Amino acid sequence: MSTAVVTVNKGVFRGFNLRQKTLLIIGFTSLLLLAIVISSVEFGDESLHTNFGSKNLNPSPEHPFGTDWMGRDMFIRTLKGLGSSIMIGAFASTISTILAIILGLLSSTGKIADSFIAWLVDLFLSIPHLLLIILISIGFGGGATGVIIGVALTHWTGLTRVVRAEIKQLKTQEYIHISRNLGKSKWWIATKHIFPHLIPQIFLGTILMFPHAILHEASATFLGFGLSPHEPAIGIILSESMKYLSAGYWWLAFFPGLSLLIVVLAFDMIGENLGKLIDPKNAHE
Amino acid sequence: MCLKCENISFGYKKNNLILNNVNLSLGSGEVLGLIGDSGSGKSTLCKILAGYENNYQGNVSIDGKAIPSKGYNPVQLVFQHPEKAVNPKWKMKDILNEGHIVPQDILDSFGIKKSWFNRWPNELSGGELQRFALARALSPETKFLIADEITTMVDAITQAQIWNIVLDIVKELNIGVLVVSHEKKLISKLCHDVVYLDDINTV
Ligand SMILES: Nc1ncnc2c1ncn2[C@@H]1O[C@H](COP(=O)(O)OP(=O)(O)OP(=O)(O)O)[C@@H](O)[C@H]1O
Ligand SMILES: [Mg+2]
Repeated sequence: MSTAVVTVNKGVFRGFNLRQKTLLIIGFTSLLLLAIVISSVEFGDESLHTNFGSKNLNPSPEHPFGTDWMGRDMFIRTLKGLGSSIMIGAFASTISTILAIILGLLSSTGKIADSFIAWLVDLFLSIPHLLLIILISIGFGGGATGVIIGVALTHWTGLTRVVRAEIKQLKTQEYIHISRNLGKSKWWIATKHIFPHLIPQIFLGTILMFPHAILHEASATFLGFGLSPHEPAIGIILSESMKYLSAGYWWLAFFPGLSLLIVVLAFDMIGENLGKLIDPKNAHE
Repeated sequence: MCLKCENISFGYKKNNLILNNVNLSLGSGEVLGLIGDSGSGKSTLCKILAGYENNYQGNVSIDGKAIPSKGYNPVQLVFQHPEKAVNPKWKMKDILNEGHIVPQDILDSFGIKKSWFNRWPNELSGGELQRFALARALSPETKFLIADEITTMVDAITQAQIWNIVLDIVKELNIGVLVVSHEKKLISKLCHDVVYLDDINTV
C-alpha cells in the first residue's frame, strides 16, 4: 500500500480497487491450489503405470514435464506429489494451529503456565527444525505417519507467540477492565472480548504455516525420513531425480522443483494479501 | 454507605512512589472533587479505587468491608478517553448493555439515539461515546462513580449538559461521585467538597 497507489487511485474507488485487486489475487491463487488438489485425486494410480517403451523422454506436448526411467509421466507424478504435499500441509497446519490456540490461551491463565509455555517455545526453537521433525518422525515409527506427526507437532511456536502476545496486550485494554468490573467472568471475557480479536490472527497464522509445513515435509522426505518411495511425493521425486541428473535428465528435477516453489509462493501470496484485508486497522472502514 | 481508602501507597516502579499514604472517603450521594497537578497521580488513585490496580499498599473498603474482586463492582470508573473504554469490534448496543439493560429514560436523558445502536465505536464522536460509557456505568447496582476527567473532550455547553444529566441520575440512585478535573471552576460548580491530591499525598 504505497503512497504511489494512493495518489493514483483517488476518490471513492481507492479502497475498492485495492481491495478488489487483493481479492482477485487471493481468489486466483486459491483456485490454482484447489485445482492441483482435485486433479491429483482425480488422476488414478493407473495413470502412473510404468511404460518402458517411453523411458526418459524429453518434455514434449504429450509429456509436458517429460517421463522418468520407468516411463511414468512426470507431470502427473508432480501433480500427485503436490496434491499430497498440500494435504499434508493442511493437516499439519490445522493441528499446529489448534496447539497454538490451546497453548496461547493456557499461557494467559497464570504466571507459572506462562513461563512454562515460553520455555517450551524456546526449547522447540533451540533445536534445528528439520532435525526435530526427523526425531519426532522416527519416534512415531517413521514413514508417512511419522513425518506428518513430526510436521504437525513443530509448527505451533510462531503462532503461539503471536496469540500469547496478543492476549497480553488485550488484557491491558481498558474495556477488559470495565468488563470485569461489570461482573463478567474470565471465561465470558475470553470468549466475547478476547477471542474475536484473535480469529484474524489465527486464520492468517494458519495460512502462513502452510508453506513451511510443505517445505519441511518435502525436505524430510527428500532426506529419506518421510514418505516411502511408492507414495507420490515431491521429496521422493527430487531425491530420485538426483541420481539421474548426471545423465542429463534435467527435467526430472527442474519441473517438480519449480512447481513446489510455485505452490509455496502461492500460499505466501494468499497469506500476505489476506493480511492486508484483515489488518485490524482497516476493520469496519 | 462510605467508600474509604486508607494509607494507600503505590508506585509503578518499586522505588518511585506516586501515591504515599493517601486517605480519602466518599459517602453515598456525596459529590466530591479531586484536584491535582498533571502527573500527580489522580488517575492512578482512581484505578486503585475501582480495583483496576491491585499491587498497592493500604486498604480500599466500603463500610469497612473489602470490595469483592468477582461480580459487579459497586465502584465504577469512567475515563477521559471513551474510545479506549469500548471494544472496537462490538456494536454500540452491545457495548451499552454489557452490564445491564439500560432503561429507556436514561437513554432519553443522555440523548442517546436508537440510530446509533448499530454503529461501530469509530463511527461516533468522543462526546457521544462518553454518554454510552456513562449510561453503561450507572446501573442500579452502582454505588460509587469515579469520574476521571470525563468531559475534557467536549465543549463547555456539552460539558454542562452531560454533568447535569449525571448529577440527576446519581441523586436519584444515591450514588457517591468522585469528580476528577483540573478545571477548578467546574469542580466548584459541581461539588459539595474538594480535596487537593497534593494535600493528602505526602510524596
Ligand atoms: N502504566 C504506567 N506505568 C508507569 N508509569 C505510569 C503509568 N501510568 C501513569 N504513570 C506515571 O504515574 C504518574 C501519575 O500518573 P497519573 O496518570 O495518575 O496522573 P494524573 O494525575 O492523572 O495526570 P493528568 O492530570 O495528566 O491526567 C505520572 O508520572 C505517570 O507518568
Ligand atoms: Mg489522569
